[in-house]
Amino acid sequence: MKRERPLTQHFRSDGQALSLREYEAVGGYQGLRAALRMERHQIIKTIRESTLSGRGGAGFSTGRKWTFIPDEDLHERHVFPHEMVMMIEEPDQWEHSLAGFTTGVKWSFMPKGEYITTPTYVVANADEMEPGVFKDRVLMEGNPHQLLEGMIISAHAIGANTAYIFLRWAYKKSARCIEKAIAEARQANYLGEHILGTDFNIEIYLHTSAGRYICGEATALLNSLEGRRANPRAKPPHTAAVGLWGRPTNVNNVETLSNVPHILRNGSDWYKGLSYTDEGGTKIYGVSGRVKRPGWWELPMGTIAREIIEEHAGGMADGYHLRGFLPGGASTDFLLTEHLDVRMDVKSVDAIGSRMGCGTMIILDDKTCPVGMVNNVMRFFARESCGWCTPCREGLPWTANVLNAVEAGQGRPEDIDRLRTHARWIGGPDNTFCALAPGAMEPLQSALRYFEDDFREHIHLGRCPWRRKGGPI
Amino acid sequence: MTIHADERYEIEALLRTYPTPRAVALDALKIVQQAKKWITDEDIRDVAALLEMTPAELDNLATFYSQIFRRPVGEHVIRLCDSVSCWIMGETGLEEHLSHLLGIGPGETTPDRRFTWLPVSCLGVCEQAPAIMIDDDLYTHLNPEDLDVILEKYVQGGVEK
Repeated sequence: MKRERPLTQHFRSDGQALSLREYEAVGGYQGLRAALRMERHQIIKTIRESTLSGRGGAGFSTGRKWTFIPDEDLHERHVFPHEMVMMIEEPDQWEHSLAGFTTGVKWSFMPKGEYITTPTYVVANADEMEPGVFKDRVLMEGNPHQLLEGMIISAHAIGANTAYIFLRWAYKKSARCIEKAIAEARQANYLGEHILGTDFNIEIYLHTSAGRYICGEATALLNSLEGRRANPRAKPPHTAAVGLWGRPTNVNNVETLSNVPHILRNGSDWYKGLSYTDEGGTKIYGVSGRVKRPGWWELPMGTIAREIIEEHAGGMADGYHLRGFLPGGASTDFLLTEHLDVRMDVKSVDAIGSRMGCGTMIILDDKTCPVGMVNNVMRFFARESCGWCTPCREGLPWTANVLNAVEAGQGRPEDIDRLRTHARWIGGPDNTFCALAPGAMEPLQSALRYFEDDFREHIHLGRCPWRRKGGPI
Repeated sequence: MTIHADERYEIEALLRTYPTPRAVALDALKIVQQAKKWITDEDIRDVAALLEMTPAELDNLATFYSQIFRRPVGEHVIRLCDSVSCWIMGETGLEEHLSHLLGIGPGETTPDRRFTWLPVSCLGVCEQAPAIMIDDDLYTHLNPEDLDVILEKYVQGGVEK
């Protein structure tokens, strides 16, 4: 049976974005038409029943506390801000921990019915910048209208009339695709006033960033959009209560929003049927590193890692062997070849001590130094720390310096324990203001677990043993 | 006033997109930087006045965001991705070759002011690694020697691509 790939199966083969007419010809904006005929709470109910989970992947604790939230009545009535605070006052609640948390529940936090006051905002988080992650770029370059439609439906469901796309600076082609799509959508009255003859008005604006990885953290993103430094905000309150300019705001990832039109058009049962597991839908998986065919593939949620690497990516490139992989971007724990049979969904990857993250894997081959790889990742996070809280601002450069010394052959035996201590304290819950530094510690802590011998060999030899093997230095 | 009338018009048009003037700050700095390549103290003063901000408030932003340049850069800015997927796929070789071709290191500008080399975090094309971006142009799947041909375009044609 040929499986459906709703997000990407209609992509053009020449790499150009689908035009409005092309998108409409394959069912585009039918989801919006369906949504406009529904009550708002029905839309949220449909999204909830679809089990669509957040595809942002930034979470390090993966929504573990959110599962305790009493959610029976959430779609029926307004949640008052003080209730919101009660629900999320668990001390390590972050916007990040919404990863894997179902989108419908997130939407249901927004004020409803008579409690809707304008302005209320929808924000698409398109600030994709974690090393190894490129899935949102694929979606924006291939079918920008799908994202717009998801945003328009979200806005209608939560009573918003203004929406922003926060796009990272480097995605020049995505920006062009989105600008063209916005113009087309406005022309066709999918944007503007009285959408398709209803009393619903919606405008979408594109904002391109000026750099910094931290902008992808939802509350830092909102600060940046307001024209402030991208420092994360204290949580609670949740952005659904106090977001952009202090107004209720729904922030969703590009891939999350791109799923929404298809759910509204085809129903939540269809959507759940796309997946191998109880986390609904498909997932854009990707592989980078020394494989035969680095790339991306839309596959059923819960596809096995081995299938992604060996079949879709064609297995390892000639002369290279697989040693391990970061399953979901630079902020996820290493997995080994013995983990290849894991299902790539939030719960399964969690269960073996890593995270699915964005589902875009980075391959560690046998000719690449694991210490060098961790050092590279740590230098990224140290550079991109926003500087707001001390453990991150000071701790990441210190950790990177120790790693640099070890890689250069100037490490000391006690450095291994020193690195473990950093990983434990900086990576521990509640020691930093947001999830950036704990994310930075995930590759390190797992590398110390799985590749400790490699660290020791560097220290013992006084040099990097890979430098003669032709791998990256 | 160091801001051109066209730039001012473009910035003022953006004010309608946001409920507060300061939300336009980064867009405004990018508009000014487009022509001038970098942001001077005078630019900070003038843009701040336009957006009802103090120069210090605006400089607070200008110095935070990595793609706003507060120091002069060359005619072309080379951004070489040094993040993990590119590193695995041979970024170090690109660095060595670029250094050899230009005679400078990351963060430096060539004496003829033609090129500035900036290290950059992940360009989001990891499946096409290694990658560089020169001005707005992306180059992927690179071997070190590819840089010879690519740089030549910017030397020969000046700003023309």
